Amino acid sequence: MSALPRASELGLIGCHVCGLVCNGVADDGDSGNSMACPRCGCALHRRKPTSYARTWALLIAAFIMYIPANLVPIMRTASLNDIDDNTILSGVVELWVKGSPDLAVIVFTASIVVPMLKFLVMGTLLVSSQRRSGWAQPQRAKLFRLVELIGYWSMLDVFVVALLTALVRFNLLSLVAPLPGVIFFGLTVVLTMLASMSFDPRLIWDGRDTND
Amino acid sequence: MGTTSPEALQICEYCDTVYRRRTLARGEVAYCVCCQAVLERHHGFSVNAMLALVLTALIVFVQANVWPIVTLGLNGQYSSATLWGAIIQMWQQQAQVVSVLAAATLFFFPLLKMLSLGWLLWFSRKGRRAPGFVRIMVMLHYIGPWTMSEVFVLGALVAIVKAHVYFDVVANPGIYAYAVLTLLITIFASIDLRKLWDLTPETSA
Repeated sequence: MSALPRASELGLIGCHVCGLVCNGVADDGDSGNSMACPRCGCALHRRKPTSYARTWALLIAAFIMYIPANLVPIMRTASLNDIDDNTILSGVVELWVKGSPDLAVIVFTASIVVPMLKFLVMGTLLVSSQRRSGWAQPQRAKLFRLVELIGYWSMLDVFVVALLTALVRFNLLSLVAPLPGVIFFGLTVVLTMLASMSFDPRLIWDGRDTND
Repeated sequence: MGTTSPEALQICEYCDTVYRRRTLARGEVAYCVCCQAVLERHHGFSVNAMLALVLTALIVFVQANVWPIVTLGLNGQYSSATLWGAIIQMWQQQAQVVSVLAAATLFFFPLLKMLSLGWLLWFSRKGRRAPGFVRIMVMLHYIGPWTMSEVFVLGALVAIVKAHVYFDVVANPGIYAYAVLTLLITIFASIDLRKLWDLTPETSA
């Protein structure tokens, strides 16, 4: 198969906001002063500027938030004679035991599998792209799109806590209140989303040329 | 390749591969050969159909926000919640971050998206670019990933099942409105908004 033409080799830049194909001869990569897209006026970049540094920073910040998000309880259920604090994991267990196992699987996926997957995938993508690896490029590209697609579903647990807090308001009999864990978790989701947005998937393909 | 105009070309935003744009037939999807990402998707929606969808979504959105979502019962006491009820409760209970997140991703961004899309489509019916077209298109690009109504629907379902163990649960019209909204969002997800750039001529009004 003959090599497919890449925009950077042809001196073209695809605007990442509106998709217009622009002539990008003047842009020399990482320099700060770049041209603007003639159609939407946004700055044109051959690659997103300082993509690695930003993505690493956001990913590490997200991971730091993720630790208290899991250790600190996210929700308190108080009734007449007992107080029950739930973390994300214990909430899943409770749902499995008392509610419905199918829904527990969904919550487990959204709150635990998806964030972990994001850390693993983004970390792998960052390391392999920085080493300009030509390893499994199509698969890595697919993983990135998967992370982009499913990332925001992690907000599920945050919305559950918010809704239960608003719903369960039976003064002395039964009350639900949010605990700090839910704040850390919400921030984790936002930071991982920002991390995947600041990663430029085109970097995956900037490695050694693979002749397939 | 030197003489081809930029409009005839297309760059895969995931891997930077350059393609000649081809008009897609009904139901066709163009994939990138290099990374298998979707390049372009044909959709059969006319401007009028899209406007109708946006207006429907707007009506359903209002209903989803005005009507309560669920009502709980315990020993003859009842308690029901709306989205704004949840947002206000989170604010009052020291979870302002969550409150702001929920207000933005479940109320302000979706509303802004629908209103601005309606505005753009209303003008493109007459073949014109709406005032502020460029700025609105850029804004739509950036708020795109931050609308989460469909996640909220699943969250409501989980909340209902969790509450079901201890309380009598009555689903209210709000949850059905949200279900319909999710359906409309799914239809919209197949439409690439970037098409709007090509739809109307670039004449500075």
